[in-house]
Amino acid sequence: MCVLAHVFEAAGIATIVLSSVREMTEKVAPPRALYCEFPLGRPLGRPSDPAFQHDVLARAFALLDAPQGPVLVDYPEVITADEQPVACALPPRFDPSLPPAVDEARGLRKAYDRALGRRGMTAVGRAVNADGIPEALGMLHAIANGADWTTAGIPGGNTTALCHDIRTYYEEAALELVDGPPPGGRAIEDWFFTKTEAGATVLAARTAIREAGAKFPIWFYMTPGHL
Amino acid sequence: MSGDEFMREYSAALPAPQFSNPAWVTPKPLAESTVAIVTSAALYGVGDEAFSTADTSYRFIERDRRDLVLGHWSPNFDRTGVQIDLNVVYPIDRLEELAQRGVIGKVADRHISFAGNQPDDVATIRMDTGPAAAAALRKDGVDVVILTPV
Repeated sequence: MCVLAHVFEAAGIATIVLSSVREMTEKVAPPRALYCEFPLGRPLGRPSDPAFQHDVLARAFALLDAPQGPVLVDYPEVITADEQPVACALPPRFDPSLPPAVDEARGLRKAYDRALGRRGMTAVGRAVNADGIPEALGMLHAIANGADWTTAGIPGGNTTALCHDIRTYYEEAALELVDGPPPGGRAIEDWFFTKTEAGATVLAARTAIREAGAKFPIWFYMTPGHL
Repeated sequence: MSGDEFMREYSAALPAPQFSNPAWVTPKPLAESTVAIVTSAALYGVGDEAFSTADTSYRFIERDRRDLVLGHWSPNFDRTGVQIDLNVVYPIDRLEELAQRGVIGKVADRHISFAGNQPDDVATIRMDTGPAAAAALRKDGVDVVILTPV
Protein backbone atom coordinates (compact mmCIF):
# COMPACT_ATOMS: atom_id res chain seq x y z
CA MET A 1 0.00 0.00 0.00
CA CYS A 2 2.79 2.43 0.89
CA VAL A 3 4.55 1.74 -2.42
CA LEU A 4 1.34 2.34 -4.34
CA ALA A 5 0.85 5.61 -2.46
CA HIS A 6 4.15 6.90 -3.83
CA VAL A 7 3.23 5.69 -7.31
CA PHE A 8 -0.22 7.31 -7.30
CA GLU A 9 1.11 10.53 -5.83
CA ALA A 10 3.67 10.69 -8.64
CA ALA A 11 0.76 10.46 -11.09
CA GLY A 12 -0.79 13.58 -9.56
CA ILE A 13 -3.28 12.01 -7.13
CA ALA A 14 -3.22 12.88 -3.44
CA THR A 15 -3.02 9.71 -1.38
CA ILE A 16 -3.85 8.57 2.14
CA VAL A 17 -2.82 5.14 3.41
CA LEU A 18 -4.69 3.33 6.16
CA SER A 19 -1.60 1.66 7.56
CA SER A 20 -1.71 -1.67 9.39
CA VAL A 21 2.05 -2.14 10.01
CA ARG A 22 3.57 0.97 11.53
CA GLU A 23 7.24 -0.01 11.17
CA MET A 24 6.90 -0.63 7.43
CA THR A 25 5.04 2.65 6.99
CA GLU A 26 7.84 4.49 8.78
CA LYS A 27 10.40 2.94 6.42
CA VAL A 28 8.55 3.48 3.13
CA ALA A 29 7.22 6.86 4.25
CA PRO A 30 4.18 7.40 2.04
CA PRO A 31 2.98 11.01 1.79
CA ARG A 32 0.09 10.61 4.26
CA ALA A 33 -0.73 7.64 6.48
CA LEU A 34 -3.11 6.97 9.35
CA TYR A 35 -1.82 4.05 11.40
CA CYS A 36 -4.81 1.96 12.44
CA GLU A 37 -3.93 -0.77 14.91
CA PHE A 38 -6.98 -2.87 14.12
CA PRO A 39 -7.30 -6.59 13.47
CA LEU A 40 -5.48 -7.45 10.24
CA GLY A 41 -8.06 -7.83 7.51
CA ARG A 42 -10.27 -5.08 8.97
CA PRO A 43 -8.61 -1.78 7.97
CA LEU A 44 -11.74 0.23 8.79
CA GLY A 45 -11.82 -1.37 12.23
CA ARG A 46 -15.33 -2.54 12.88
CA PRO A 47 -17.72 -4.27 10.47
CA SER A 48 -21.32 -3.03 10.52
CA ASP A 49 -20.34 0.11 12.43
CA PRO A 50 -20.76 3.01 9.99
CA ALA A 51 -20.10 5.65 12.67
CA PHE A 52 -16.73 4.13 13.52
CA GLN A 53 -15.82 3.73 9.86
CA HIS A 54 -16.75 7.37 9.24
CA ASP A 55 -14.49 8.46 12.08
CA VAL A 56 -11.58 6.54 10.54
CA LEU A 57 -12.23 8.17 7.18
CA ALA A 58 -12.60 11.64 8.72
CA ARG A 59 -9.23 11.32 10.46
CA ALA A 60 -7.72 10.01 7.24
CA PHE A 61 -9.09 12.85 5.10
CA ALA A 62 -7.92 15.37 7.70
CA LEU A 63 -4.35 14.47 6.72
CA LEU A 64 -4.96 16.25 3.41
CA ASP A 65 -4.65 19.50 5.36
CA ALA A 66 -0.97 18.87 6.13
CA PRO A 67 1.23 21.37 4.28
CA GLN A 68 4.01 18.84 3.71
CA GLY A 69 4.88 15.23 4.34
CA PRO A 70 5.45 12.52 5.07
CA VAL A 71 2.67 12.52 7.63
CA LEU A 72 2.10 9.53 9.90
CA VAL A 73 -0.61 9.83 12.55
CA ASP A 74 -1.94 7.14 14.91
CA TYR A 75 -5.66 6.47 15.12
CA PRO A 76 -6.44 7.07 18.81
CA GLU A 77 -8.12 3.73 19.50
CA VAL A 78 -6.53 0.29 19.28
CA ILE A 79 -8.69 -2.72 18.48
CA THR A 80 -7.13 -6.08 19.26
CA ALA A 81 -8.17 -9.20 17.43
CA ASP A 82 -10.12 -11.54 19.71
CA GLU A 83 -8.13 -14.64 18.75
CA GLN A 84 -10.42 -16.59 21.05
CA PRO A 85 -12.81 -19.15 19.60
CA VAL A 86 -16.28 -17.86 18.93
CA ALA A 87 -19.13 -19.86 20.47
CA CYS A 88 -20.49 -21.76 17.51
CA ALA A 89 -22.41 -25.02 17.50
CA LEU A 90 -21.04 -27.97 15.57
CA PRO A 91 -23.13 -30.77 14.10
CA PRO A 92 -23.41 -34.01 16.08
CA ARG A 93 -21.66 -37.11 14.80
CA PHE A 94 -23.94 -38.70 12.23
CA ASP A 95 -22.02 -41.37 10.32
CA PRO A 96 -19.31 -43.00 12.47
CA SER A 97 -17.98 -44.83 9.43
CA LEU A 98 -16.63 -41.56 8.07
CA PRO A 99 -13.58 -39.64 9.27
CA PRO A 100 -14.85 -37.11 11.85
CA ALA A 101 -13.99 -34.09 9.70
CA VAL A 102 -15.83 -35.49 6.69
CA ASP A 103 -18.92 -36.13 8.78
CA GLU A 104 -18.68 -32.67 10.33
CA ALA A 105 -18.34 -30.90 6.97
CA ARG A 106 -21.40 -32.67 5.64
CA GLY A 107 -23.33 -31.56 8.70
CA LEU A 108 -22.45 -27.91 8.08
CA ARG A 109 -23.68 -27.90 4.49
CA LYS A 110 -27.10 -26.42 5.27
CA ALA A 111 -25.53 -23.50 7.11
CA TYR A 112 -23.13 -22.94 4.23
CA ASP A 113 -26.03 -22.99 1.78
CA ARG A 114 -27.91 -20.42 3.86
CA ALA A 115 -24.87 -18.17 3.75
CA LEU A 116 -24.63 -18.59 0.00
CA GLY A 117 -28.31 -17.82 -0.39
CA ARG A 118 -28.11 -14.73 1.78
CA ARG A 119 -24.94 -13.26 0.27
CA GLY A 120 -25.41 -14.59 -3.24
CA MET A 121 -21.73 -15.43 -3.50
CA THR A 122 -18.96 -17.45 -1.92
CA ALA A 123 -15.18 -17.35 -1.76
CA VAL A 124 -15.03 -21.15 -1.83
CA GLY A 125 -13.85 -22.47 -5.18
CA ARG A 126 -10.12 -22.01 -5.69
CA ALA A 127 -9.45 -25.76 -5.69
CA VAL A 128 -12.85 -27.31 -4.99
CA ASN A 129 -16.41 -26.11 -4.61
CA ALA A 130 -18.67 -26.83 -1.64
CA ASP A 131 -19.53 -30.29 -2.96
CA GLY A 132 -15.85 -31.17 -2.84
CA ILE A 133 -15.16 -30.09 0.74
CA PRO A 134 -15.91 -33.46 2.44
CA GLU A 135 -13.76 -35.28 -0.10
CA ALA A 136 -10.99 -32.73 0.39
CA LEU A 137 -11.07 -33.37 4.12
CA GLY A 138 -10.97 -37.10 3.39
CA MET A 139 -7.73 -36.52 1.46
CA LEU A 140 -6.17 -34.57 4.30
CA HIS A 141 -7.32 -37.19 6.81
CA ALA A 142 -5.55 -39.84 4.73
CA ILE A 143 -2.40 -37.72 4.51
CA ALA A 144 -2.43 -37.15 8.25
CA ASN A 145 -2.60 -40.91 8.66
CA GLY A 146 0.32 -41.75 6.42
CA ALA A 147 -0.83 -41.42 2.80
CA ASP A 148 1.61 -39.85 0.33
CA TRP A 149 0.48 -36.26 -0.14
CA THR A 150 1.85 -36.14 -3.70
CA THR A 151 -0.57 -38.85 -4.85
CA ALA A 152 -3.50 -38.08 -2.55
CA GLY A 153 -5.46 -36.25 -5.23
CA ILE A 154 -5.03 -32.62 -4.15
CA PRO A 155 -6.20 -30.59 -7.18
CA GLY A 156 -3.12 -29.21 -8.89
CA GLY A 157 -1.15 -30.15 -5.77
CA ASN A 158 -2.18 -26.74 -4.44
CA THR A 159 -2.43 -27.25 -0.70
CA THR A 160 -2.91 -23.52 -0.07
CA ALA A 161 -5.96 -23.32 -2.33
CA LEU A 162 -7.46 -26.50 -0.89
CA CYS A 163 -7.06 -25.36 2.72
CA HIS A 164 -8.41 -21.93 1.81
CA ASP A 165 -11.57 -23.52 0.48
CA ILE A 166 -12.02 -25.75 3.54
CA ARG A 167 -11.51 -22.89 5.98
CA THR A 168 -13.71 -20.51 4.00
CA TYR A 169 -16.51 -23.10 3.80
CA TYR A 170 -16.43 -23.34 7.59
CA GLU A 171 -16.18 -19.57 8.11
CA GLU A 172 -19.10 -18.82 5.84
CA ALA A 173 -21.18 -21.53 7.55
CA ALA A 174 -20.19 -20.30 11.01
CA LEU A 175 -21.36 -16.77 10.31
CA GLU A 176 -24.84 -18.24 9.85
CA LEU A 177 -24.66 -20.06 13.18
CA VAL A 178 -23.27 -17.36 15.46
CA ASP A 179 -25.68 -15.13 17.34
CA GLY A 180 -25.06 -11.67 18.73
CA PRO A 181 -22.68 -8.95 17.58
CA PRO A 182 -20.25 -9.58 14.72
CA PRO A 183 -17.43 -11.91 15.81
CA GLY A 184 -14.12 -10.16 16.48
CA GLY A 185 -11.01 -10.50 14.38
CA ARG A 186 -9.78 -14.08 14.01
CA ALA A 187 -12.47 -15.37 16.40
CA ILE A 188 -13.87 -17.72 13.77
CA GLU A 189 -10.36 -18.62 12.63
CA ASP A 190 -9.55 -19.63 16.18
CA TRP A 191 -12.79 -21.63 16.39
CA PHE A 192 -11.86 -23.43 13.18
CA PHE A 193 -8.39 -24.43 14.30
CA THR A 194 -9.13 -25.23 17.95
CA LYS A 195 -12.69 -26.53 17.97
CA THR A 196 -13.44 -28.24 14.68
CA GLU A 197 -12.41 -31.64 13.38
CA ALA A 198 -11.59 -29.99 10.07
CA GLY A 199 -9.13 -27.60 11.69
CA ALA A 200 -7.44 -30.47 13.53
CA THR A 201 -7.26 -32.42 10.28
CA VAL A 202 -5.69 -29.51 8.38
CA LEU A 203 -3.10 -29.05 11.12
CA ALA A 204 -2.29 -32.77 11.23
CA ALA A 205 -1.99 -32.98 7.45
CA ARG A 206 0.26 -29.90 7.43
CA THR A 207 2.58 -31.56 9.95
CA ALA A 208 2.64 -34.76 7.91
CA ILE A 209 3.44 -32.90 4.67
CA ARG A 210 6.19 -30.91 6.37
CA GLU A 211 7.71 -34.07 7.87
CA ALA A 212 7.56 -35.72 4.45
CA GLY A 213 10.05 -33.13 3.26
CA ALA A 214 7.77 -30.95 1.13
CA LYS A 215 9.04 -27.51 0.22
CA PHE A 216 8.22 -24.71 2.64
CA PRO A 217 5.39 -23.02 0.68
CA ILE A 218 3.61 -26.33 0.19
CA TRP A 219 2.94 -26.85 3.88
CA PHE A 220 3.45 -23.43 5.48
CA TYR A 221 0.56 -21.62 3.83
CA MET A 222 -1.96 -24.31 4.72
CA THR A 223 -2.64 -22.38 7.94
CA PRO A 224 -1.81 -18.99 9.44
CA GLY A 225 1.89 -18.68 10.07
CA HIS A 226 1.72 -18.51 13.86
CA LEU A 227 0.23 -22.01 14.13
CA MET B 1 2.41 -14.95 20.02
CA SER B 2 -0.96 -14.06 18.50
CA GLY B 3 -1.63 -14.28 14.80
CA ASP B 4 -1.70 -10.51 14.32
CA GLU B 5 1.47 -10.03 16.40
CA PHE B 6 3.21 -12.66 14.30
CA MET B 7 2.18 -11.01 11.04
CA ARG B 8 3.02 -7.47 12.14
CA GLU B 9 6.47 -8.61 13.23
CA TYR B 10 6.94 -10.58 10.00
CA SER B 11 5.73 -7.72 7.79
CA ALA B 12 7.87 -5.14 9.57
CA ALA B 13 10.97 -7.14 8.63
CA LEU B 14 10.21 -7.35 4.91
CA PRO B 15 12.39 -5.40 2.49
CA ALA B 16 11.33 -1.74 2.40
CA PRO B 17 11.50 -0.03 -1.01
CA GLN B 18 13.03 3.42 -0.90
CA PHE B 19 11.74 6.53 -2.67
CA SER B 20 14.50 9.14 -2.79
CA ASN B 21 12.47 11.99 -4.29
CA PRO B 22 8.92 11.32 -3.16
CA ALA B 23 6.16 13.16 -4.96
CA TRP B 24 3.79 15.42 -3.05
CA VAL B 25 0.47 16.64 -4.36
CA THR B 26 -1.14 19.69 -2.82
CA PRO B 27 -4.76 18.62 -2.91
CA LYS B 28 -7.66 20.78 -3.90
CA PRO B 29 -10.51 21.11 -1.37
CA LEU B 30 -11.98 17.73 -0.44
CA ALA B 31 -15.51 18.96 -1.14
CA GLU B 32 -14.46 19.49 -4.75
CA SER B 33 -12.45 16.28 -5.09
CA THR B 34 -13.28 12.99 -6.77
CA VAL B 35 -12.27 10.17 -4.43
CA ALA B 36 -11.39 6.57 -5.28
CA ILE B 37 -10.46 3.54 -3.21
CA VAL B 38 -7.37 1.46 -3.97
CA THR B 39 -7.27 -1.74 -1.96
CA SER B 40 -4.74 -4.54 -1.70
CA ALA B 41 -7.41 -7.05 -0.66
CA ALA B 42 -7.44 -8.63 -4.12
CA LEU B 43 -11.17 -7.98 -4.35
CA TYR B 44 -12.73 -8.99 -7.64
CA GLY B 45 -16.24 -9.17 -8.95
CA VAL B 46 -18.15 -12.43 -9.09
CA GLY B 47 -17.55 -13.80 -12.58
CA ASP B 48 -14.42 -11.73 -13.15
CA GLU B 49 -10.91 -13.14 -13.32
CA ALA B 50 -9.64 -14.22 -9.91
CA PHE B 51 -6.18 -13.28 -8.66
CA SER B 52 -3.42 -15.86 -8.93
CA THR B 53 -0.66 -16.25 -6.36
CA ALA B 54 1.87 -13.38 -6.58
CA ASP B 55 -0.44 -11.63 -9.04
CA THR B 56 0.95 -8.20 -9.93
CA SER B 57 -2.01 -7.09 -12.00
CA TYR B 58 -5.08 -5.18 -10.87
CA ARG B 59 -8.81 -5.15 -11.37
CA PHE B 60 -11.16 -2.26 -11.82
CA ILE B 61 -14.20 -2.26 -9.56
CA GLU B 62 -17.17 -0.33 -10.92
CA ARG B 63 -18.74 2.08 -8.47
CA ASP B 64 -22.03 0.21 -8.11
CA ARG B 65 -20.59 -3.28 -7.61
CA ARG B 66 -20.96 -4.93 -4.24
CA ASP B 67 -20.67 -8.61 -5.27
CA LEU B 68 -16.97 -8.72 -4.51
CA VAL B 69 -14.92 -11.74 -3.49
CA LEU B 70 -11.80 -11.53 -1.32
CA GLY B 71 -9.10 -12.99 -3.55
CA HIS B 72 -6.04 -12.48 -1.34
CA TRP B 73 -3.96 -15.68 -1.01
CA SER B 74 -2.46 -15.14 2.42
CA PRO B 75 -4.05 -17.16 5.25
CA ASN B 76 -2.65 -14.67 7.76
CA PHE B 77 -5.47 -12.26 8.43
CA ASP B 78 -9.11 -12.22 9.44
CA ARG B 79 -11.33 -13.02 6.48
CA THR B 80 -14.70 -12.82 8.19
CA GLY B 81 -14.91 -9.05 8.62
CA VAL B 82 -15.35 -8.46 4.91
CA GLN B 83 -17.97 -11.22 4.75
CA ILE B 84 -19.95 -9.41 7.43
CA ASP B 85 -19.50 -5.95 5.94
CA LEU B 86 -17.66 -5.15 2.72
CA ASN B 87 -17.04 -1.62 3.99
CA VAL B 88 -14.58 -2.79 6.63
CA VAL B 89 -12.14 -3.30 3.75
CA TYR B 90 -13.70 -1.36 0.89
CA PRO B 91 -15.61 1.62 2.34
CA ILE B 92 -17.61 2.35 -0.77
CA ASP B 93 -20.93 2.97 1.00
CA ARG B 94 -19.23 5.35 3.41
CA LEU B 95 -17.85 7.33 0.45
CA GLU B 96 -21.32 7.49 -1.09
CA GLU B 97 -22.64 8.89 2.18
CA LEU B 98 -19.85 11.46 2.33
CA ALA B 99 -20.66 12.54 -1.22
CA GLN B 100 -24.33 12.91 -0.34
CA ARG B 101 -23.37 15.11 2.61
CA GLY B 102 -21.05 17.19 0.45
CA VAL B 103 -17.95 16.26 2.45
CA ILE B 104 -16.30 14.91 -0.68
CA GLY B 105 -17.04 16.13 -4.17
CA LYS B 106 -17.74 12.87 -5.91
CA VAL B 107 -17.24 9.13 -5.68
CA ALA B 108 -15.10 7.87 -8.55
CA ASP B 109 -16.82 5.82 -11.22
CA ARG B 110 -14.34 3.01 -10.76
CA HIS B 111 -11.90 1.85 -8.12
CA ILE B 112 -8.81 -0.37 -8.10
CA SER B 113 -7.92 -3.66 -6.48
CA PHE B 114 -4.44 -5.14 -6.22
CA ALA B 115 -3.26 -8.25 -4.39
CA GLY B 116 -1.30 -7.48 -1.25
CA ASN B 117 0.82 -10.60 -1.53
CA GLN B 118 3.36 -9.18 -3.96
CA PRO B 119 6.89 -10.39 -4.77
CA ASP B 120 9.32 -8.83 -2.29
CA ASP B 121 10.91 -6.43 -4.80
CA VAL B 122 7.49 -4.97 -5.76
CA ALA B 123 9.13 -3.99 -9.05
CA THR B 124 6.11 -4.59 -11.25
CA ILE B 125 3.59 -2.61 -9.24
CA ARG B 126 6.17 0.14 -8.79
CA MET B 127 7.24 0.42 -12.43
CA ASP B 128 4.41 -1.06 -14.50
CA THR B 129 0.97 -1.96 -13.18
CA GLY B 130 0.92 0.64 -10.41
CA PRO B 131 1.62 3.57 -12.75
CA ALA B 132 -0.88 2.17 -15.27
CA ALA B 133 -3.61 1.98 -12.62
CA ALA B 134 -2.77 5.49 -11.39
CA ALA B 135 -2.88 6.89 -14.91
CA ALA B 136 -6.27 5.29 -15.49
CA LEU B 137 -7.71 6.87 -12.34
CA ARG B 138 -6.15 10.22 -13.16
CA LYS B 139 -7.76 10.03 -16.59
CA ASP B 140 -11.05 9.35 -14.81
CA GLY B 141 -10.59 12.64 -12.97
CA VAL B 142 -9.68 11.17 -9.59
CA ASP B 143 -8.08 13.69 -7.22
CA VAL B 144 -7.74 11.70 -3.99
CA VAL B 145 -7.17 8.01 -3.32
CA ILE B 146 -7.59 6.23 -0.02
CA LEU B 147 -5.56 3.05 0.17
CA THR B 148 -6.87 0.18 2.28
CA PRO B 149 -4.58 -2.76 3.08
CA VAL B 150 -5.07 -6.43 3.63
